[in-house]
Amino acid sequence: MSAHVRPGWMEKPKPLTQAAKAVALAAVVLLVCVPFLVIVSTSLASQREVVEGGGWVLWPQEPTLKAYQDILDGGIVTHALGVSAGVTVVGTLVSLACTVTLAYALSRPGVFGGKPVLLLVLFTFLFPPGMIPSFLVVKELGLLDSYPSLVLPVLVNVFNLVVLRGFFQGIPEELYEAARLDGAGDWRVLWSVVLPLSKAALAVVGLFYAVAYWNSWFYASLYLESEHWPLQQVLRTYVVAGTDLTDTATSEGTVNAPQTVQMAVLVIATVPILLVYPFLQKYFTKGVLTGAIKS
Amino acid sequence: MAAVLRERTGKEAVSPSRRRPPDARTKRKGFHARRSRTLFLLMLPGLGYFLVFHYGALVGNVIAFKDYVPFDGIWGSPWVGLENFQRMFQDTAFWDAVLNTLWIAVLQIVFYFPVPLALALLLHTLTWSTVRRFVQSVAYLPHFISWVIVVALFQQVLGDTGLVNSYLGDAGLSTVDIIGNPDAFKPLTVAQVIWKDAGWGTIIFLAALSQVDEQQYEASAIDGAGPWRRFWHVTLPAIRPVIVLLLIMRLGDILSVGFEQMLLQRDAVGPEAAEIIDTFVYYQGIVGGDYGFAAAAGLFKGVIGALLVYAANKVAHRLGEQGVYK
Repeated sequence: MSAHVRPGWMEKPKPLTQAAKAVALAAVVLLVCVPFLVIVSTSLASQREVVEGGGWVLWPQEPTLKAYQDILDGGIVTHALGVSAGVTVVGTLVSLACTVTLAYALSRPGVFGGKPVLLLVLFTFLFPPGMIPSFLVVKELGLLDSYPSLVLPVLVNVFNLVVLRGFFQGIPEELYEAARLDGAGDWRVLWSVVLPLSKAALAVVGLFYAVAYWNSWFYASLYLESEHWPLQQVLRTYVVAGTDLTDTATSEGTVNAPQTVQMAVLVIATVPILLVYPFLQKYFTKGVLTGAIKS
Repeated sequence: MAAVLRERTGKEAVSPSRRRPPDARTKRKGFHARRSRTLFLLMLPGLGYFLVFHYGALVGNVIAFKDYVPFDGIWGSPWVGLENFQRMFQDTAFWDAVLNTLWIAVLQIVFYFPVPLALALLLHTLTWSTVRRFVQSVAYLPHFISWVIVVALFQQVLGDTGLVNSYLGDAGLSTVDIIGNPDAFKPLTVAQVIWKDAGWGTIIFLAALSQVDEQQYEASAIDGAGPWRRFWHVTLPAIRPVIVLLLIMRLGDILSVGFEQMLLQRDAVGPEAAEIIDTFVYYQGIVGGDYGFAAAAGLFKGVIGALLVYAANKVAHRLGEQGVYK
């Protein structure tokens, strides 16, 4: 393969070293992939197979989508999936909007109050306010048991803000000048010049927000009543803590082996991450993140 | 430049050397003020968030000095001075939580910290970039999986009826008791952190490794240095600053170990094994309703933590490194 290039000065690797490396790399790949394979296989297996296999299956002989049909047929999991999707989409958009506007304002020189605001923001990194006072703020604002309580307390992430600000600062000053000379105001400059140039950075930050919202469960456990829970918190309660799936979990009650249903929930909670991951992965190589980590 | 000035002032620049015509300054100022107003408006939503949810909550820490009664609210509750802190310092459960936190953090530094470094070095030696990119993609993935799923996966693989124990049972070997075993809990948490974040942790090392000038390797190879000597004299010096920096930063953050990770598993193994400062705060405050006391413990952690990060930065600067902030 053309990608396989060994520089001329490098000595030919010893077979033993090569073998050791191959074993180590295979171990890394298997350690990551096998657990996923087990949950996917178990979720697709029939009840009989799971019982025979002692609770799990590595390769289902007679794959069935029964577990998925059961949990997606209305009931707790279906509802939780809707909540998670809604919070992820709305949360990501709102967070992205607030992060972009703040990052853009802080990236321009000579903004009124720019310096103190930047210090104010960076200080929160050093001194987070603490769980109890944060909880009380949400409570005093009357946000308990409302979906905004999953978004507003984590609206802007400082790391994402710094990434975007750094990216905006990297845009050549001449482009700003040119747009302004054409009579564009700050909104126009942001919308028509800065954002189109920042697609890669916006994609990374947006996906970071989306992953965070999708994976979030603690705030739901803190602020929401159980009938409003998102998928991860449902997963936590029924799979990790081992509470039995009740009749309301599926529309017809617990008709399937709980193990296959549990694994199906686990798979559904993981799949969106696996779907967006290649897009996220694409931008790692572009150095958007490494540049940001360094700064 | 002349063209820019011409456009901005609306008249011909007399000569290229005249960089700033008299009326450019006033024009610029007017433009700036208008620009600033829009920019300030753009800043408001994000700024409002930080003011309410960070600084509002920061001020809310006053309840650490109060006997917080939900009905009376933050400001109506009676002051009790340092009573919450006195109780906290006399509470053995609190000190157990502090010890657990430090113990887990030290285990992580000793057993987790070298793993991303080793993995990065391994990946860096791969000349076959297709394989390298594939392994990197696979290794980064667990970072994006939620702790709920990671804990569930570990249960499936290492639990009583999990993958490993089924194999051991079938092979006639004795099974391992890991999930739900308080004695095995701390090593288990380190294993979980390695599984989840070791791949992601390689990014910063790989970035440092990619900065090394290829010619240095070539020159030392021509001078007769084998792979080990090249590693020792070229690779290691190049990534030493990153290693030192990350180690210092981890030490500065030593009072924090994964809160979600511990909270998810605390009930299964009990507080003796799994209580850390953050879960102590959660159970005392949110679960137990002793808000003032829990806020005191949280504030204690926040202040000591900030001082440690500050000190770690100072040390980093002293060593000639950059630190997380300037």
